[in-house]
Amino acid sequence: MSIAAPALDRTVGTRKDRGGRLLPTIVLLVGALYCLVAVAWVLVASTKSPGELFSTFTFAPGTGLLENLGNLFAYGGGQFGKWALNSLLYAGVGAVASTVVSAMAGFALAKYDFPGRNLIFYTILGGVLIPGITLAIPQYLLLSNLGLAGSYWSVLLPSIISPFGIYLSRVYAAAAVPAETIEAARIDGATEARIFTRVAVPMMIPGMVTVFMLQFVGIWNNFLLPYIMLSDQNRYPLTVGLYTLLAKGSGEASLYSLAITGAMLSIIPLVALMLFLQRFWKLDLISGGLKG
Amino acid sequence: MTTQNPARRAAESLPNRPRTVRTTGRRRVSVVPYLFLAPAILLLVVFLLVPIGYAVYLSFQGLRVVGGGAFGKRQQIFVGFDNYIAAVTDPEFVASFGRLAVYGLIAVPFTLGFALLFALLLDHPRTRGTRFSRTAIFIPYAVPGVVATLMWGFMYLPSTSPFSYLTEAFGGGPIPFLDLPWLFPSVANISIWGGVGFNMIIIYTALRGVPADIYDSARIDGASDWQIAWRIKIPLISPALVLTGLFSLIGTLQVYGEPTTLAPMAPAISQTWVPLMTIYRDAFTRDDLPLASASSVILAGGTVVASLVLLKITRKRAFGDSR
Repeated sequence: MSIAAPALDRTVGTRKDRGGRLLPTIVLLVGALYCLVAVAWVLVASTKSPGELFSTFTFAPGTGLLENLGNLFAYGGGQFGKWALNSLLYAGVGAVASTVVSAMAGFALAKYDFPGRNLIFYTILGGVLIPGITLAIPQYLLLSNLGLAGSYWSVLLPSIISPFGIYLSRVYAAAAVPAETIEAARIDGATEARIFTRVAVPMMIPGMVTVFMLQFVGIWNNFLLPYIMLSDQNRYPLTVGLYTLLAKGSGEASLYSLAITGAMLSIIPLVALMLFLQRFWKLDLISGGLKG
Repeated sequence: MTTQNPARRAAESLPNRPRTVRTTGRRRVSVVPYLFLAPAILLLVVFLLVPIGYAVYLSFQGLRVVGGGAFGKRQQIFVGFDNYIAAVTDPEFVASFGRLAVYGLIAVPFTLGFALLFALLLDHPRTRGTRFSRTAIFIPYAVPGVVATLMWGFMYLPSTSPFSYLTEAFGGGPIPFLDLPWLFPSVANISIWGGVGFNMIIIYTALRGVPADIYDSARIDGASDWQIAWRIKIPLISPALVLTGLFSLIGTLQVYGEPTTLAPMAPAISQTWVPLMTIYRDAFTRDDLPLASASSVILAGGTVVASLVLLKITRKRAFGDSR
């Protein structure tokens, strides 16, 4: 939308048209600007050497990008690379496992009639309301009694259970998998496991992608669970690692530059993944799911 | 479920499910769903129900000196509601709820308000550049809260803030983003920034699900865009609004990462700034796990109660609107 457009509209358009076209576009663009400004800032700031960070205009690009990247990957014997791999491990494995567990549970809740179904379903619904994070401390105590606290498992296992993922899968299985198709497969002699993997899963793929993305982002962004569970810095995910950098860096410009460069690097893959997977999202599931 | 005999219950419900009554299907159907559910139930029990039970158990325990005089031993014993009384009478814990309320009263209305506004604008037929704006506003969802805090923190910090740079260039002082009382909107802004896009997409998707001919007939009847938005769109998408409201409420009550990450830059953020920070301090700095458990139970219970109240109120209102 060019700057010349307002004047044109004002003279030609009716009163309704003017308010109807320009204002919404401008308000939305302001919103977009607000959302992009922090990202733009971190992109620019990561190019600044520690000296430039506090001395040059904040949106003026600096000359220190390569130096910052070198310092970041050298920090603590390559800890940043480990944190990134850990985040990928927690979020990737956790989200895949969570999607599979949720899809199986959602399929069973939607397509079978069995005693205890409502009890299980309402327990899961109640789980949506419990802030998972308030459970982090008792989870830590339990896992440390089992000798698992501090291990990769201590972050992975609690991330797999997702009441909301199960709930979404149930909504999606109920809508996407016709009972007649299941019945036809059953008549053809397919086992229930085969019906699930060959008939139901292909139909549930869009819903499963949504659950996967929600879980991936949720685990990738999680802070308190790994913060409580882990003590070995080499097992930290990016969020906890960057936090320790920042907490150490108070007043130290060189560590600030590292934290900023790390922040820049940690958002790029996720933003790229999000933009790529955006079209596969089935978020109407989420909004449509809460009827009645 | 555990007390009932599954086979008997299945037999009782058979008449309701004529299609699954097959000579081989009968037994299979009674076991198969449990097998599909087994991993979920196992994880649910281990990482949800048992921790809840354990937290409740711990919250009634306490370390007390048992026995008299020099022979007294510190032992974990049942102390009734002592921890709960200690929690609700702890001025720090109570004050952290007060700060949470101020934060939430800024963060939740602005997040939902902007999300609804942007969604309605995206849905407006004459808006231009919607694809760009939609993607741009959604991007912060992909940014971890800790990283968002780090980025905004530097944009608040007087020495690196572009906003303070501008005010100083015009002869003013730096903007005191990280000092009270501006700290509250500054922290809330981080979660608004991170939350608007996701909520906008949920609301927008719901708006897309409304058949367009409803709007057309309203427009023929002479309704303005505002009237269509207020009287038709918003009531029709109320389930999506309830859902986003619920998530925002739950998210607000468990806010932790943002203030914790901002604390190294903002001395005004104490160790007990929000309830979860108080709980963390009690559990790990003071080693008072029973007190932390009692506080956790209060927070979790409060969340459930607040969620149910929200669901009840909004359901009534949505019902009233549809009449």
